Amino acid sequence: MKINKKIIYFMAFIFISNFSYGKIIIEPGPNAYDRIQEALILAEPYENIHLSSGYYEIEDGLSLDIDNVTLSGDGLDKTILSFKNQKSGAEGLLVTSNGVTLSDFAVEDTIGDAIVVKKANGIRFLRVRVEWTDGPKSSNGAYGLYPVESKDVLIDSCIAIGASDAGIYVGQSERIKVINSEAKFNVAGIEIENSYFAEVTNNIAHHNTGGILIFDLPNLPQQGGHDILVKNNKVINNDTPNFAPEGNIVGKTPNGTGIMVMANEKVILEENYISGNATAGILVVSYLDEYEDDNYNPLPNKIFIRNNQLNNNGFEVDKVRAEPIALLTKNKAPEIIWDGVTSFPEWIGLSKQQRLILGSNKTKDKKTDMINLNLMTYALLPWFHKIKEDYDDYIGEGISLAEVNFKTKW
Amino acid sequence: MVIKYSKFLFFLFLITLIGSVSYAEPHKQLSDYNFFKDIKNQIPRDETVPYKIANPLFSDYSHKFRFVHMPLNTAAEYSYNNVFNFPVGTTIIKTFAYPIDERNLDKGFLLLETRLLIKNENGWIPLSYIWNNEQTNAFLKYTGHTFNVSWISSNGQEKYVRYRAPNVNQCKSCHEINNKIQPIGPKGRNMNINFVYPNGEANQIDFWHDKSLLNNIPKLLKKNPTIWDDTKYEINERARSYLDANCAHCHQRGASASNSGFYLNIEENNSSILGIYKTPVAAGRGSGGLQYIIDPGKPADSILLYRMLSTDPGVMMPELSRNLQHEEAIPLIREWINQLK
Repeated sequence: MKINKKIIYFMAFIFISNFSYGKIIIEPGPNAYDRIQEALILAEPYENIHLSSGYYEIEDGLSLDIDNVTLSGDGLDKTILSFKNQKSGAEGLLVTSNGVTLSDFAVEDTIGDAIVVKKANGIRFLRVRVEWTDGPKSSNGAYGLYPVESKDVLIDSCIAIGASDAGIYVGQSERIKVINSEAKFNVAGIEIENSYFAEVTNNIAHHNTGGILIFDLPNLPQQGGHDILVKNNKVINNDTPNFAPEGNIVGKTPNGTGIMVMANEKVILEENYISGNATAGILVVSYLDEYEDDNYNPLPNKIFIRNNQLNNNGFEVDKVRAEPIALLTKNKAPEIIWDGVTSFPEWIGLSKQQRLILGSNKTKDKKTDMINLNLMTYALLPWFHKIKEDYDDYIGEGISLAEVNFKTKW
Repeated sequence: MVIKYSKFLFFLFLITLIGSVSYAEPHKQLSDYNFFKDIKNQIPRDETVPYKIANPLFSDYSHKFRFVHMPLNTAAEYSYNNVFNFPVGTTIIKTFAYPIDERNLDKGFLLLETRLLIKNENGWIPLSYIWNNEQTNAFLKYTGHTFNVSWISSNGQEKYVRYRAPNVNQCKSCHEINNKIQPIGPKGRNMNINFVYPNGEANQIDFWHDKSLLNNIPKLLKKNPTIWDDTKYEINERARSYLDANCAHCHQRGASASNSGFYLNIEENNSSILGIYKTPVAAGRGSGGLQYIIDPGKPADSILLYRMLSTDPGVMMPELSRNLQHEEAIPLIREWINQLK
């Protein structure tokens, strides 16, 4: 058999090109939806679909269901998917496959949520912007970046603006890092809900209604949120009045909330810079609405707060959404607020739990102050009700959390 | 040396070539499957069995022509609550069409799309074929298609809809349970009704059984399904049948709305999980400013009805396959919520 070199090279080329990961480049222009969606459907695993810089007008929801695909653009201010004229589809982009990377593009003005990721093992958002460009309005979509029921969630260097619920929202997920990102003009800037093992670090949450919310809610497939680290974030001037459509849980977020923890266990808030939030710097609360769910624990537990810088929070408490705080504090609310709701045995002194644990925190020109609203007594024995404001009573040893390690290799 | 190396490469080349050819590509044209005697009039060949289901999904008043095609000498396994277990090689065929004039169906139909679910060794594959303007054939399209359709409805009104054929990913959002694509309609409780075949009317399950298309049928078939718009049944049963058919493909455990914790499959009986006094989780403006998914006795305060009434894609439910209100179902759900306590 005699085969000349050229043919060998040709065959080698065919072989390699079949197995190397392809890159599909899409340019702006007419039929953008069809061209992008077709690429997303026909993609092979590990392929890169690249959207060149420009403005893409999309009328229907896009979706991706192939594992390990990268969807990239030329930058979060250069490659823009605009859904201003969206006619169908409940979100801008839906990802339902594993190991996907989304990077360097923007999704604007979707009719519902911007980017939803469901049941993914491994999802990365890198330098992605989601925005409703008319500013905060209740007709904006609910969530910006919205991974749910997922594992290994990385949100790095992203921007979320104008969501009528949460700009960055991670729900019912596990192993999560939200880092180096910015959330502004949302109702909730960054929200971690019913999730396990999360790190929220080095972010800026400003001009939202509430900066960073760590929530746990009843009647959901995954609940009992725990092991959440909120560290080294700037949570400042969250001053956008709540514009969530009523009926949603974030609609209850008081105007001007810095960091709010509801009904989670093992949460560390440390080295955050929290300033200029009108209702509270740090708010730790239980879930007080009625619910029917035997498996749900409505009380926060082991919330450890240390080494934060807390300045000028609680100067104008939201009288509607934070009525008890407004009633039980005078001119200015303390920097750290706990509703003081406990289990009944704790309340009558039969058992003890470290629900709130304070380390040292700093405040300009004075000692950091706190209040336990003692709402149990307020509700059960109103005549005997007293607030508790002795910071030292809550100083304790604290807790530590293991580092979050992803199992996914992107 | 060069020769040896080239042999090796040649071998790899062949493998690669075979590998890239062996993908079973779906047919580009619907006619290539040879399901129909008369494709334009949707008259099936003998091996392609037409059927209907008791409680279909509302899809903007489109009419649906359903067929199943199983390989020769194979049969499906009966199940009452689950979709029949079909043999590998089965294709389920559904054509979406609008009547020219619903008062007189003899005037014909405008065919829009034919969806296939093809079962291979690894599971079900969804495909959508879009009909051409000449109505002579339909062509594979992965990205869906938009039609602007008008027709005369049964009460003589001229109606208009922006009909959206789904892309194949959107197929999955309704058809996927626990990461597996499934048909939705052909389950025992949906099939136990009569169909008018060319040789006369018969119960569908009996007919399939007689043709050896269905095994493991219980001696006594369970009772007839409650048909949502048949007023001889109780409101509660009718409403639950409607919600099961129109919502539960997503709103059940393991399906695409599992994260809501709000499930409407007919077997569900926990009132919170059914939405009674349940607050919304991630509804956004879909909540319409209301507190509960179902506020018993107060349909106007129930998010469920609010989202059925809406045609705004950011609010309405179902999220896909609906652009119009289902006017006939709204009073039923209103009345159902009204009489809940």
